[in-house]
Amino acid sequence: MEHIITPKVEHVKLLNKYPEKKSALGTLYLTATHLIYVEQTNNSRAETWVLHHHIMSVEKLPLTAPGCPLLIRCKTFQLLHLLFQKERDCQDVYQSLLHLSQPVKEDELYAFLYTPHQNQEDRRQGWEFISVANDFSRMGLSNEYWEISPLNKNYEICSTYPSILGLPKNASVAVVTGSAKFRSRGRLPVLSYYHKDTKAAICRCSQPLSGLTSRCVEDEQMLQAISQANPNCPFIYVVDTRPKLNAMANRAAGKGYENEDNYSNIRFQFQGIENIHVMRNSLQKLLEVCSMKSPSMSDYLTGLENSGWMRHIKSVMDAGVFLAKAVSEERASVLVHCSDGWDRTAQVCSLACILLDPYYRTIKGLMVLIEKEWISFGHKFSHRCGHLDSDPKEVSPVFTQFLECVWQLSEQFPCVFEFNERYLIEIHNQVYACQYGNFIGNCQKERLDMRLHEKTFSLWPHLLKNQHLYRNPLYRRSLESTVLRPSTLPLHFKFWCGMYNHYDGGMHPKQSVLDQLLSLTQKQVEGERTMTELQRLAVADGVLPDPSGLISTPTKQDSPCEKTPTAPVVQSNGSCAPLINGDAEEAVPGAEKCNEEEGAES
Amino acid sequence: MELSEHIKTANVEDVTLRRPFHPALRGTLCVTSHHLLFSDGKDEASWQLLILLKNIDAIEKRAVGSSGTITIKCKDLLVLQLEIPGMEECLNIASSIEALSSLESVTEMYPFFYRPSHLTLSGPWGLSSMEQYYKQTERLWDRWRISTVNSDYSVCLSYPSAVIVPREVDDDMLIRSARFRQGGRFPVLSYCHHRNGMVIMRSSQPLTGANKKSCKEDELLLRAVIDGSKLGYIIDLRSAQQAQQARMTGGGFESKSCYSDWKRFHRHHERGKVVQESLIKLVEACSDPSHSVDRWLSKLENSKWLSHVHSALCTAGLVVECVERDGHSVLVHGSEGTDNTLLVSSLAQLILDPASRTVTGFLCLLEREWIQAGHPFQQRCAHSAYSHARLKQECPSFLLLLDCVWQVWRQFPLALEFSEALLLRLAQEVYASNYGTFLCNSEQERCAAGVKENTHCLFQSLLRPDIEEQYLNPLYEPTDLVIWPSVHPQSLQLWTGLFLRWTEYAQNMEEAREEVWSIVKEHREQAGPDRTNNMLSTHCDTLTPFENLMDELTIL
Repeated sequence: MEHIITPKVEHVKLLNKYPEKKSALGTLYLTATHLIYVEQTNNSRAETWVLHHHIMSVEKLPLTAPGCPLLIRCKTFQLLHLLFQKERDCQDVYQSLLHLSQPVKEDELYAFLYTPHQNQEDRRQGWEFISVANDFSRMGLSNEYWEISPLNKNYEICSTYPSILGLPKNASVAVVTGSAKFRSRGRLPVLSYYHKDTKAAICRCSQPLSGLTSRCVEDEQMLQAISQANPNCPFIYVVDTRPKLNAMANRAAGKGYENEDNYSNIRFQFQGIENIHVMRNSLQKLLEVCSMKSPSMSDYLTGLENSGWMRHIKSVMDAGVFLAKAVSEERASVLVHCSDGWDRTAQVCSLACILLDPYYRTIKGLMVLIEKEWISFGHKFSHRCGHLDSDPKEVSPVFTQFLECVWQLSEQFPCVFEFNERYLIEIHNQVYACQYGNFIGNCQKERLDMRLHEKTFSLWPHLLKNQHLYRNPLYRRSLESTVLRPSTLPLHFKFWCGMYNHYDGGMHPKQSVLDQLLSLTQKQVEGERTMTELQRLAVADGVLPDPSGLISTPTKQDSPCEKTPTAPVVQSNGSCAPLINGDAEEAVPGAEKCNEEEGAES
Repeated sequence: MELSEHIKTANVEDVTLRRPFHPALRGTLCVTSHHLLFSDGKDEASWQLLILLKNIDAIEKRAVGSSGTITIKCKDLLVLQLEIPGMEECLNIASSIEALSSLESVTEMYPFFYRPSHLTLSGPWGLSSMEQYYKQTERLWDRWRISTVNSDYSVCLSYPSAVIVPREVDDDMLIRSARFRQGGRFPVLSYCHHRNGMVIMRSSQPLTGANKKSCKEDELLLRAVIDGSKLGYIIDLRSAQQAQQARMTGGGFESKSCYSDWKRFHRHHERGKVVQESLIKLVEACSDPSHSVDRWLSKLENSKWLSHVHSALCTAGLVVECVERDGHSVLVHGSEGTDNTLLVSSLAQLILDPASRTVTGFLCLLEREWIQAGHPFQQRCAHSAYSHARLKQECPSFLLLLDCVWQVWRQFPLALEFSEALLLRLAQEVYASNYGTFLCNSEQERCAAGVKENTHCLFQSLLRPDIEEQYLNPLYEPTDLVIWPSVHPQSLQLWTGLFLRWTEYAQNMEEAREEVWSIVKEHREQAGPDRTNNMLSTHCDTLTPFENLMDELTIL
């Protein structure tokens, strides 16, 4: 609070992006967590809420005749152009926001202040709701080839890996530890996903410390063990997701990539996904295109091309498709790495999981996938999202790109995802909001040290509670068993207006098929399908002991960042009754009824 | 020369057919006067493909050993390959296709032979006429009248026999005004806005020429249009510079001094060959197998197709703004007034007028604003994106309209009663059809060729009481509001339904469409049975083209 110099400024103009439209006049408030702009017209009070953590940059523009302009760019791609009457006010707000948007210490983050109406038990259950261990059980592990090992329980083998690791059964402890020493930051090859049907596995690691000539017997044995864990294929693919040039450059620094001569039966592949710096710059250029004032069609398309963004999205998708094909068609296991194995590797592995396994295309499945491939495997959310005032060169939209790839898939396959676009956008907002503890910290160990499970709440139960908003009415369970084979021809990649121009309401379709179908299917769903389906799954997973306990927070507005009037989620929130306690409890008998009916029809 | 004389080899066995995303098939190929028929067996259950020869835009022959391969590129963008054993047969087939796919005489075309058993030629032809529009639009009765000055098509060859003009302008004045407009296309009423009585007029350019000629009657006609109100807008679909240049070739624009009540805007629109080349480039880009995103985006940009879509929607938006927001009447024209003029005026109507958003209303709009208004379909749609023939007067204006309508539909998915499938059907029919609707270049030509007496009407057929479900939008909720589409480049998309029509992508979209229908039906069943019946009666008696082929074979 000490950073707030002026909590309230009156007569602030919110400039419209389109000069022909009139700009609003109103009052600006600064709270400990939000910037709030209240527009005062004759009798309406439109509010814009912006979470401080969502602010990416604040820029004072040169003084103009009508006032002193301040440009606020958000990580959610919102753009606020404010005009102050007094320079003093502008300067004060500018100073305050600089501090508020970039806290120095973790405990200044919103999640540590935020307390929904939940007791300790709710909190504990909330954190246990999504469990990576359960997902391994779901894949049928441990089995005769793979075991779920507690070898890293003290984070001694690899400090940025999770405490439990999927390892080939015939890899000895010596091989595991030896291999870890030969991998950048100790990120040794471990299981990411096991494909039951083909017995092929996707494994992930960081680059080997091979330099120009080094080799490591244990690492070679480790890859051999992974290969032997798949009886269906005599070789494994080793996929280096980097461009070949980058990988070669790393060799000079004592890192690099696997020498095919040293490893038996590997097939080595580069995938050519660019590094975090290229991606950051590309997004920057994309956002410039998005905020162009009345561009011509040619300006826009040329800008889109020059940003390179779509090219990068396609490179991630291509790599994911390569993995899924190798596993499903060639029945081959794949080992994936990039440099550190926490950015491109996470993108590619999680995308392949979605292509291969319909479970990850459900609302809960995507939570599990993010928890597994991103959070627990140490994607550095704090650094990549710039939660704290830290090195700006560490910031990169790696996770955003993953969400976009999922969105691109949902555009090609409208009926195979249980969730809709809003779910992806909400997750994106929450990643940057730091309202819940999930995306704070850079790895599991850090989160444990911060005692996040005691001090903050988990996002997932909150999303589940609102899942009626995120449902895809076109979702067809009957299609679920298929492996997705998307076309990766460039013309299938679309610009994601709903994400990057999310706050430019004028650009979006004026009527929503999604809302229409959601409201048509609402009745059936409220009592029957979705709630029960998820609970049934949760119970089956052994995650959810008491269905009503989880959803027992009748707080309608525990999430101020959703109050932003410009967020379309809220509009639909108004029209959809929130699922509260009573509904959830009634849902179980409803499920039985539903199943009976289905049975009768078939 | 009889059509059948073009056919040297009518049947070939053991032909292999390759289509995108389907396994190759082996069967019999048969060429008739108007069709290419492929069948993979002789029994009833055999799979058959029937293609109107007129649908074929280009063919390529290639010899492989003793057999030949023909690649067939259709105007609806489908590409097929036929492997034909025997070089001679292959060449015969190819030359038959080449000759029969480019017939020029209207009466030789297939609609004149199409005689399905469930349709009779004595039925009504067409849905609407200017007279009917006048009768339905009460607002017009006071100040407007129907003129039959063009009943023998002598005043304007490309206009219909009846037009709506201001009541106070007599036929003599119309004749004089017509002489002052290119092709005789004097200003006529295209639409009257139901809210404020303001009108959209359209015409061709005035023939002011280098000497700045003027025409009193033309000025009076336009003055009568705005009748006392102070202002009207002229939307000239050329840049100011182009309009100036047009004077050198006898054309021109309405000068401020002669038309003081009218304010003129210039909006540049590409026309003719440029637009046709856009389509060719876009289709080429869509079939580029390269995996380079940059190359794709650059080709997409370079084709300029989306730029044309963008300009058309922008200008239509401007017309709507003038009529709805400013409350003034508008005159739209470019040069000939037969392409972009119709594009802009019909789009503006779709945006303004809820009546034009129903299936019937939309087809009536197309009939009035494109067919009767004299869009030269035969010239414009002679070839599509694949043809190697030298371009003459081809221009995909109508396809551009359908694309723009699709963009509006995408932004207002509940506001239109019809579905994307109807737009796709029209996109196909306009190039090759069993029906006579899109034949010829004007009412006068249709009259001379006896189109109405000797062919069936597509729109009538589409509107039979058992209209196909697939042409209806399951989510349709009529709204009286003006539906302003966003024209930000981000809001416009490639019409994948058309340009990626023959890919797997289209199958996924089809699944989604079916799912939407099943949700809506389930909902309606719950809501009550009475609504279900009148909207959703499905039928299976649409004529399969094969029944009709029998008729044709007998003719042969």
